[in-house]
Parts: sequence; structure tokens; C-alpha cells
Amino acid sequence: MEQMVTTRMDGLTLADLAGARSRHRRERTMRAMFFSAALFSVIISIAIVASLIGGAVDFLAKVDLSTLWSSGWFPRRNLFDVKTILAGTIIVSLIAMIVATPLGLGAALYLSEYARPRARRFLKPILETLASVPSVVMGFFALRVISPDLVQRFFGSDVPVFNLTAAGIAVGILVTPLVASVAEDAMHAVPSALREASFGLGARPRTTSVRIVMPAAVSGITAALILGISRAIGETMIVAIAAGGTGGSLFNLDPLQGGQTMTAAITSLATGSDQVRGSGPAYPSLFFVGLLLFVLTLALNLLSERFVRRVRKEY
Amino acid sequence: MLGRTVGLTEAAREQVRRELSGRRSDVSGTVFKLLLLLTLFLALAILIVLLVDVSQTAIPTIADRGGQIFGSGYSSLPANAGIKTGLIGSLYLMVFVVVVALPMGIGAAIYMEEYAKDTRVTRFINTNIRNLAGVPAIVYGILGLAVFVVLLQPVIGPGVEGRSLLAGGLTISLMVLPIVIITTQEALRAVPRSIREAGFGVGATRWEVIRSHVLPYAAPGVLTGSVLSMARALGETAPLIMVGAVTGFLATEGGVLASLQQHFTALPTLIFAYVKKPQPEFQDLASAAILVLIGMIFLVNLTAILLRNRYERKW
Repeated sequence: MEQMVTTRMDGLTLADLAGARSRHRRERTMRAMFFSAALFSVIISIAIVASLIGGAVDFLAKVDLSTLWSSGWFPRRNLFDVKTILAGTIIVSLIAMIVATPLGLGAALYLSEYARPRARRFLKPILETLASVPSVVMGFFALRVISPDLVQRFFGSDVPVFNLTAAGIAVGILVTPLVASVAEDAMHAVPSALREASFGLGARPRTTSVRIVMPAAVSGITAALILGISRAIGETMIVAIAAGGTGGSLFNLDPLQGGQTMTAAITSLATGSDQVRGSGPAYPSLFFVGLLLFVLTLALNLLSERFVRRVRKEY
Repeated sequence: MLGRTVGLTEAAREQVRRELSGRRSDVSGTVFKLLLLLTLFLALAILIVLLVDVSQTAIPTIADRGGQIFGSGYSSLPANAGIKTGLIGSLYLMVFVVVVALPMGIGAAIYMEEYAKDTRVTRFINTNIRNLAGVPAIVYGILGLAVFVVLLQPVIGPGVEGRSLLAGGLTISLMVLPIVIITTQEALRAVPRSIREAGFGVGATRWEVIRSHVLPYAAPGVLTGSVLSMARALGETAPLIMVGAVTGFLATEGGVLASLQQHFTALPTLIFAYVKKPQPEFQDLASAAILVLIGMIFLVNLTAILLRNRYERKW
């Protein structure tokens, strides 16, 4: 083609430069294919929202609304006390964050401010490996190790094996790598000029970390913690295995007892113990709980993204 | 500074010299640093305890009756139970991720990075993808339940109430799709603009530039992201439970295609089923299955890390 252009320089028209029609056709096809792939992600979102709302509306039409605020969550007995599963979820997430906040932020601060590149290459994979442990495995670990060797040892053996604290600790361990990774990114984004100014004034590394880097990265750190809460709320298998409350639970605020979370309620509605199909409100209630869960995590994720964007604007 | 100290007493001068020479040991600073390091070692300790605890029961169990465990599927009799169907089922799910999620995710990422202009629609799709990545896994399970199991039942699995391999594979694929898109986007973004401009400069169409310049350079990153998303899919349990992974039933004759519309199961769901059983023999079996699952996931992750280290290039 190059030869053609050089030899016919005199009579060159726009049509000659346009390229073969087949190449244009191919270009348009590929573009359309990629576009539909991108559009598909929007379709998934619409499908998620539609299926959740559809089921939830079905549930609300069938259920006696007074049972939404009653004594416990027992779908088979038509008791759908929302505060029971909300309380379980909040307790588990709180315990998880009590574990994940110091662990995650400590690890992030060390990796970002203290670790030399060689130490980093050895230390960072620890977190990455921890992040790759599947949640069923962590649930098994909560039941086999955390509950007997930690919770029952410290709080007495009259604590049941299935309890919210053990589940919460395991969720916290699972959330730690996420918190650490987001927080470390935020600390890493703090300009080194700030650190150098601090060192230049004679501040020690600890003073620089705590008084300069942490405040400068505070939006990113907040984002990391919010993201951690969101992930803890959505965590399913650990709670389904280790928190007890299969089949239902009374309203309970004691973290040393078993309880039901939103996610565990959904799984037990869909599997063995509570599998209920038919015309009653029990089956569609899983969509209702799913909608609650979706709205809650989405709100937290959007909030966290807000905080992340604030960091980006400042520096 | 010197000028000021001239007027001071000998004692003060001595004090200043000591302050500036920095010999004083910073005890609280060192303690702080060690505390931070401790968080990382705590993470490592948890990992080790988890692995040791699992191996302690898993290795003797496998050594004792490995042939039977790997040779048979689910059974309610502990002596006959194994993990074969779970292993095959998990491999089938990987096929789905490769065939459905990877092409779609890479296609969407190519559109977002290479074709889309920075319009409101583009930004909306991007935000949407990011939010999809934060949706809890179990919500994807609810989506699968509503769309594949109930709505599309005649296509997905008419003989098994929609609870088929097709439903499970598609649900898992939707779940990892946002991860594939985001990691691919990052890999594409790392390819310098000049490479594309060189391609356009010699008259290539956009697709030609992508195919023969951008994709080859981004391939290691894309591959790493794809492998990581497969590791994620391998360990996921909750969505599979929602779309009715039936413990133990899997049509293994004739490969993936023959069992598309049949019941399915996967390694993590099998683990969940065994963990929930009261007999101690099932706990041992669960340990063995967990060791196999963790081994597979670590292997996949290791592949990703090696790929990244081997092919990573800095521009």
C-alpha cells in the first residue's frame, strides 16, 4: 500500500486514503461488540435491582406487616423481625472492625512508613495470602479454633460454641487485608515533601507517622474503614457456619450468644434447614433481606468512594 | 544557632550538644514500630495456625483413605464420602469463568479504556462497574436465583428446577466480571499512549492498534487479573448455595457440555455441607477438602504472582 501512495502522489484523492472498506467494517463490528460488553455491566445492575425489588414487593404484599417488628426471625413461623437480623449484622461487623481496624491500619502504617523495599516484598504477600483464604475455610477456622481456643477460653466455657463473637473475629481477620491495602494506598499518596518537612524540623518517625501522615491520609483511612464495614456486612459463609442461629433466632444483643445476621438468614432460607417454597411470605423474604443488604452496602461503598476522591483532589 | 548559645552557660551548651547529636534512644518510638510490625506478624501467625490446624487433621485423613476421598463423591455415610464431585464441579465452574467472564470482561474493559470518550455515559458505566465490584457475593446469588433458576428455568435446567451447572456457572461468571473488567482496565491504562499513537500514525484502525499493539503489551497484566479472578471464583460459596448447588450430585459422564442442564456441586459447597454435619469423621473430611481447596487457590495465586514478576515491564 505504501508503494501505491508513493507512485501515485499526483492524482491522490481522499478515497485513496480512506482505507479498505473491509477494515472499516471490521472496526465497526469490534467496536459494537466491545460496547455491548460494557453495556452488559449496566444490564447486570438493572437485573440485580429488579430481582431484589420484585421479590421484596412480593414479600411485603404477602406478609403481615406487624411481624416485621416482633420477637425474632423465624420465617417458618411467619415471624420476620427485622431488628433481630440487623442487630446480628451490626454486632458481627462491630467485632470485625474492632479486630480489623488496629490490625489493618497498623499493617498499613508499617508497610507505608517503616518497611524497606526488601522487607515489603516479604511482608506484603502475607496480607495477600490472608486475603485469598476462602470464607468457608475461615468459617471452619472460627468454629474449630477461634471459638474454643479464644472465645470460650476468655469468656468461660458456658459460652456456646456457635456465637457471634467468634464469627465477628473471623470476619475481622478476613477484612483486615482489604483495610490494610486501601489505607496503605492512601498513606502512600501523601506527598513525601510533607514527611521531609517534618523530619527537617527534627520530628521522629513516630511523630511523623502519627501527626503528619495519618492526618494527611485521613480521608483514605476513613474510606478503608467504611469499605471494611461494608465487606463485613456482606460476608456470608463465616456467619452461616459459626454464628449459630440456623433456622431462626430470637432478638439478641449478647455477642456471646448465637444470632442471625442478614446474610445468614438469606442462606438458610435458600438451603436445607429452612427451605420453604410455595405461596407463603417466607421464600420472598430472602429478596427483602437481600434488598436491605444491597442498599446498605451500596450506601457504604458510595460513601467510601467519596472519601477516596477527596484524597485525590488534595494532592 | 551558634550565636545564640554563646551567651548561655556551659551546662546549657552541653545540653544542646546532647540534643543535637541524637544519641538518646527513642524508646517509645521503637515500641511503636514494633507494635506496628506485630500486626503483620499476627496476620502471619493466624495464617500459620490456620494451615497447621487444617493440615493436622487433613494430612492423616488423606494418608489414611486418600484413594477413597478422591475417588468418591458426597455420601451421608462418612466412610463412603469423598470430594471427587466437588473437585470436578469446581473445574467445570472454572471453564465457565474462562468462556463467559473473561471475554466479556476484557471486551468491556477495552471499550472503556480504548473507545469510550469521557462522557457522562462513560462515567456512569465506570461508576457502575466499581459499585458492582462492591456488591456482596450473596446478592449475585439472589440475582442468579431470580433470573437463571426461576425466570429462565426452561433453558437453564428444565429437569432440575433450574438448579443446574449452567445456573451456577453463569452466576459465578457474573460475580467475577467486575473484577476482570477493573484489572484489565488497569493493565490497559499502563500501556503508554505513544505505542497507540505510533500505530495510528501508520494508518491502523483502532481495533488493529488494540490487537497488535495494546493487547500484547497489556497481556501479562490482563492474564494476572484473569488468574486472580479465577482464584476468587474457586473459593466462592454463597452464590452457589443460592442457586442450589446440590451437595454431591454431578453428572460427570460426557464432560461439561453433557452436564450443563444437570445438578451441580463444587468443592466449597461440599466443604460447607461436611462442616455442618455433627459426626467428627465429616470434620476430618472437611479438613482434607479444605487443604485441597487452599492448595488449589494458593497454586493459582502463585501462578498469577509469577506471571506478574516474569512479564512485568516498566515504561
